[in-house]
Amino acid sequence: MRRIIAIALLAIIVMGISLAVREIPFGKTDTKVGEYYLNEGREETGAANIVTSVVVNYRGFDTLGEIAVLFTAAIGLGAVFGSRKKRKVAEEVEKSSLIVYTGCRFLFPVILLVGAYIFIYGHLTPGGGFQGGAVVASAFLLMYLTCRGKRVRDKSNKVVESLGGLIFVGMGLVGLVIGKGFLFNFLPKGEFLTLFSAGIIPIIYIAIGFKVGAELAGVLDNLIEESK
Amino acid sequence: MNFLSQYIYYIGAFGLFFIGLYIMLTKKNLIKVIIGLDILDTGVFLFLIAIGYTSGGTAPIFSKSVTETGKMVDPVPQALVLTGIVIGVSVLALALALAIRLYGHYGTLNLRKIKEQRW
Repeated sequence: MRRIIAIALLAIIVMGISLAVREIPFGKTDTKVGEYYLNEGREETGAANIVTSVVVNYRGFDTLGEIAVLFTAAIGLGAVFGSRKKRKVAEEVEKSSLIVYTGCRFLFPVILLVGAYIFIYGHLTPGGGFQGGAVVASAFLLMYLTCRGKRVRDKSNKVVESLGGLIFVGMGLVGLVIGKGFLFNFLPKGEFLTLFSAGIIPIIYIAIGFKVGAELAGVLDNLIEESK
Repeated sequence: MNFLSQYIYYIGAFGLFFIGLYIMLTKKNLIKVIIGLDILDTGVFLFLIAIGYTSGGTAPIFSKSVTETGKMVDPVPQALVLTGIVIGVSVLALALALAIRLYGHYGTLNLRKIKEQRW
């Protein structure tokens, strides 16, 4: 019975949406704002990756909100698990085999390096703070799965996370102090297509990379510790 | 054939969307409902990216060889989807945490059984 109702409901929604989508031509976009970003973004922000210049510069405030959502989720996770009494039983963890352990110790810095590369070059190549942060967090996931018994240190994790957020907001406030508005790109644009270009965009993306990496590692830590 | 090549991305995106919605409406297991939510998310992202596509377009990134803006796809939906993916991850993490707590409290993930029980 439930299934029939669900299918009937879905059929009605399919009808409505297919009528609406039929009017959108595929493979053509005439949005003025996208065109503007493509044509002017290069001179205005100095970043080669237009998506990055939209995320960090044109819609930087939106990205700040996005970071806040991720932060709230991480805090909420801690609140959901933290209210429960911690069973602090120091269980004897079975050590992983030598080959797995060595492979983990070898791969961990390499994955961190790849993540750092992705968020440092976010304004030149595909990638950015969120993607690089996710890669950094995957290194910590590898550590949890293979090097058993090791954990992220809670305090330094919090420090890195807070510093990332502070740098982002501080960079935005400097623009406000100068008198041009929040997140104004006050640093020199530099030479196009080089690492030191695009003003505050790489700095903010590096801060985002650290923050997202620390937050996702904290989420993983919470989930894994709870499911033990 | 022409129809398919024109609308294949929309069909795929809404296919994912409806699969996710159907799972959310009919499944009893909470973990399956959360998986349905994630599939629904993916459908929405694919739809947004498909809207921003221009035929034969390249990624909106300049390089030494790409210096013309003529054939680039719309960057705005891509930036929005980047936001959306991060929000999706946050929702997923929080939902899974609540599912773990629910299991600890009720001893089951079956939504019908949870509804029958008293607090």
